[in-house]
Amino acid sequence: MHTITMTLFDWAILLVYLGFVVWVGFFLKKFTKTDEDYFLAGRRNSAFVAGVAFMSANMGALEVVGYAGQGAEYGLFALHFYLIGAIPAILFLGIFMMPFYYKNRIKSTPGYLKERYDEKTRVLNAISFSLMTVLSAGISLYALALVLKTFLGWDWDLSIWLSAGFVALYIILSGLLSAIFTEIMQFFLIWGGILLLPVLGIVDLGGPGKAFANLPAVYTHLWSIAGSAADNPMKLDWPALVFGLGFGISFGYWTTDFLIIQRAFSAKDVRSARLAPIIASYFKILLGFVVVGSGMVGLALMRDPHSGFALLHTDGRVNYDSVIPLLMMRYFPPGLVGVGVTSLIAMFMAGQAGNMSAFNTVWTYDIYQSVINKSASQKNLIWMGRAATVVGILLSIIGAYWAKSMPTIIDYLQAIASWILAPAVAVILLGMLVKWISPDGAFWGMLIGTIVSFAMFMALQLGWITPGAIAPGGTASAMAANFWRALWAWLISSGIAVGVSLFTEKRPEAELVGLVRGLSVKEEVAEIPLYKKPVFWASITVVVFIILNIVFW
Amino acid sequence: MSTEAIPMRPIWYFVGWVLIIVGMIVMAAGIYYLFVPIHLDIELRGMHMSIWWGLVLLIGGLMLTLFNRKKTVV
Repeated sequence: MHTITMTLFDWAILLVYLGFVVWVGFFLKKFTKTDEDYFLAGRRNSAFVAGVAFMSANMGALEVVGYAGQGAEYGLFALHFYLIGAIPAILFLGIFMMPFYYKNRIKSTPGYLKERYDEKTRVLNAISFSLMTVLSAGISLYALALVLKTFLGWDWDLSIWLSAGFVALYIILSGLLSAIFTEIMQFFLIWGGILLLPVLGIVDLGGPGKAFANLPAVYTHLWSIAGSAADNPMKLDWPALVFGLGFGISFGYWTTDFLIIQRAFSAKDVRSARLAPIIASYFKILLGFVVVGSGMVGLALMRDPHSGFALLHTDGRVNYDSVIPLLMMRYFPPGLVGVGVTSLIAMFMAGQAGNMSAFNTVWTYDIYQSVINKSASQKNLIWMGRAATVVGILLSIIGAYWAKSMPTIIDYLQAIASWILAPAVAVILLGMLVKWISPDGAFWGMLIGTIVSFAMFMALQLGWITPGAIAPGGTASAMAANFWRALWAWLISSGIAVGVSLFTEKRPEAELVGLVRGLSVKEEVAEIPLYKKPVFWASITVVVFIILNIVFW
Repeated sequence: MSTEAIPMRPIWYFVGWVLIIVGMIVMAAGIYYLFVPIHLDIELRGMHMSIWWGLVLLIGGLMLTLFNRKKTVV
């Protein structure tokens, strides 16, 4: 395979982007005076800025390149990851959960666990979350180096150290403030790089009426092929989609993963914080069509013997993740190549920066300040945040080399999230809904849920059980087993949390005001026009969501 | 340590400038290869997408910069 050729114009675009992110780090340093400035961007962002950053943190390369690959392999069915697998959870976060997080001036999701339960529940969640972010950052870095080496012929080591160095520089200097600034820039560059791909692909395939006309129905529908697992190429039935993906996986990620939620915490008031995920939901739907549409263009081209288009093969198997870089090579002239390559690098850096800014916040507030130095000054906290960033980046580089020596580690990424996030969402949701859930109930529910989820994963890997043993119905794909495992982890964590709470000491109601539904302080809410209310914008997303599911049924 | 917030221009202003610069470079590439013909091994080369997409980025950048040039946020 030949590699993408970069002209001087393309290099100039990449340099403009890299120059911008370095400048941002230095420019914003003077605005980073307090720990809230560094870790929460001063809580002064508008709803739109927080919403775009919220979305951008989700536009890492593993998401964009990976889901385009799913589109190339499974067709329109992959759009479920952007609809049932995202929208209900995003709206639930914005409408229901955000006030509990935001109104108490909580600085992280482990911070909520401290306020609602106790210190040990917080520290357990903080440690597991920190491990997850560092490992995710390492795998993201590995994937970046792999893409740059495969498609541009760049040196492996140089790619890893340079990109990690750029991210380290601007996060160390200005924390979340610079992360959000660069994420918004990355948001525009990523759209600038990938929006054209499905458009050009559809033109190349003969226009909107003809582009996907030759694809079999299993590649062009969402629900009519989900009656049973045998009816669709992803081997998922509708209960796996609704309960496994729509609840077990999706709620864990969108309502608990601090990497994403941290962006909404940076908003200037509770209304803006609630609007941030709702604004992101519009972009999420649009992104789904661009990403899955690009994958489907690749699928249609592969099935056309005259197109000359073929995906790469890795270890004798089709590498579906190669679809976006290969489409860029097929359609992008000089100039646009620079935008495309920059958007790929921006995606990786957005993922890396998101992980690092979440890691340094959780480490500093929920481990360092909570366990090691309870009386740390603001200056000391910022220093620790910077030190944590350096250590986190170095650990992620080690993780990247580890992933290089063991490429299957990437397959574990989703699994790691389900071990940690599904039990966390169980105890956070119970904590917000039920006032008698005790600290011991939450701690043991989260710990045992994580252990059981991990044990189920290992039993599957070692061949002790089949995916069908985890999924109802008896026959299932590995992906269905992933979805169901997250749901089981959630149910087991909830069951243990409830069971243990029946016999252990609860926290007094007076300490839970504002943290649990029904114990909130009634506030005088100023009348605002309908169009400024989060529920209004969430309703529009719901209508669009329903219409799209019906249209592509 | 002073915690008084310092006003600055909104992020959209800076994004606008980057889009202007990137848009101009993309357009310049499109125009350059219009007059300096080389064989480009790509599909749809007759659409001259670098010129059109560069123009879109440039206009988007100009709008963001102009609308936000006098605004400040704290």
